Amino acid sequence: MARIIAGVGSSHVPAIGAALDNGKTEEPYWKRVFSGFEKSQAWMRETKPDVAIVVYNDHASAFSVDMIPTFALGCAPEFPPADEGWGPRPVPVAKGHPALASHIAQSVILDEFDLTICNKMEIDHGMTVPMNLLFGKIDKDSHWPCPVIPLAVNVVMYPPPTGHRCFMLGKAIRRAVESYPDDLRVVIFGTGGLSHQISGPRAGLINSKWDKAFLDNLTKDPQKLVKIPHLDYMREAGAEGIEMVMWLIMRGALDDKVDEVYRFYTVPASNTAVGHIILENRKKAATKHKRAAARAKTHRIHS
Amino acid sequence: MAREQHDYDDIPGTFVFDAERSRQGYGINMFCMSLMKEENRRAFKANEAEYLKQFKLTPEQTEAVLKRDYNRMLELGGNIYFTAKLGAADGHSFQHLAAVMTGSSQQDYAAMMLGGGRNVEGNRSRTGNNTPSKFLSGAAAGKKPKAAKQKSKTKTKIKPKAKSKSRSEKRK
Repeated sequence: MARIIAGVGSSHVPAIGAALDNGKTEEPYWKRVFSGFEKSQAWMRETKPDVAIVVYNDHASAFSVDMIPTFALGCAPEFPPADEGWGPRPVPVAKGHPALASHIAQSVILDEFDLTICNKMEIDHGMTVPMNLLFGKIDKDSHWPCPVIPLAVNVVMYPPPTGHRCFMLGKAIRRAVESYPDDLRVVIFGTGGLSHQISGPRAGLINSKWDKAFLDNLTKDPQKLVKIPHLDYMREAGAEGIEMVMWLIMRGALDDKVDEVYRFYTVPASNTAVGHIILENRKKAATKHKRAAARAKTHRIHS
Repeated sequence: MAREQHDYDDIPGTFVFDAERSRQGYGINMFCMSLMKEENRRAFKANEAEYLKQFKLTPEQTEAVLKRDYNRMLELGGNIYFTAKLGAADGHSFQHLAAVMTGSSQQDYAAMMLGGGRNVEGNRSRTGNNTPSKFLSGAAAGKKPKAAKQKSKTKTKIKPKAKSKSRSEKRK
């Protein structure tokens, strides 16, 4: 069966993508940001997931205000980078995993999460920036190291789904993945945040105390986070900081108890507090043989 | 019709892009979306008022766009991810827009961000409700999670069922 082995939380600030695309990674301002992801890239090279599910939001790139789906799952065979007004980012077209994606869609809808299905979809910086931060800079004519399944969440128009709803969707995604017959090791990304406000007279708001408490509880007490009302996110973490609910989909898809293997936090990147975390399910260490043995055992019990 | 009142109207300096603004600002946002294409940017620049006509904006919205009054655009239903495209079409960086919206110079705004951003203290509420969120304040203050839990237990308002009620209570 397929399994979710780890979760990654990462901000998706567009200026990080622009810095990468324009060769600014060695400038002190940006080096401070990029150096925080060097260990993460080593972790990712070692972990070698078979598929990555990336929870992100579109920023008026692929979706306008014509249609605003709350949860939209990408089931397409490939996802080209969107033109965000300056031409598409020079990153490879992301290959999808249509078989697993449609399996997830079918499973979570019957699990009472009414997703929108996207059989054609472009992805913007919300998705490609975290992919770059974790997979590294990749030439547009090359390819990303694994197929991806985008899950776009509306956090642009209020109200986004509640933190609790996001967390429960994570759990449903996990059940869906675990009912997929192929042995796939899946990593799930939650992206966006952390605290930032980019609109109106209060723009520039950053709340590092809030962010730190959020990261602490993400690891050890996510139940505390699922109760946070939208008002508190917006008041404390900024109108656009409400993106943080997307991290709860990632967290919901993991075990109750996880190991925090890495964390990074810096202020600012452009107008935003950059947060990053890697959480591993404890069962990750199990070898393929052990898993096969466990499966055989379960099979015996059931039969 | 007067705008419906919401708990988040208490957040200072913030125009929450909610379903009502999304409906009212459809024209502004679709206009901004159209600026993703070079030919449209050229047509807009050639005659701004004429170009705007196709998006059926209200006179107030048209005025806000023509005057590049970014806060007013947000108030009338524009969303920042969309209005930023207008700024880009004018050749401005996002930081320029942020400075304009906050009424500061770009230099001062940049300095504020480098210094750790705008402090939340004193910026939570129009009505003086400046106590930190009870949901994360315990951890933020460095207290043990257990203590924070007890604290929240004493307040029954956090039950999801009582959500709308608790909001109105909070506003009192």
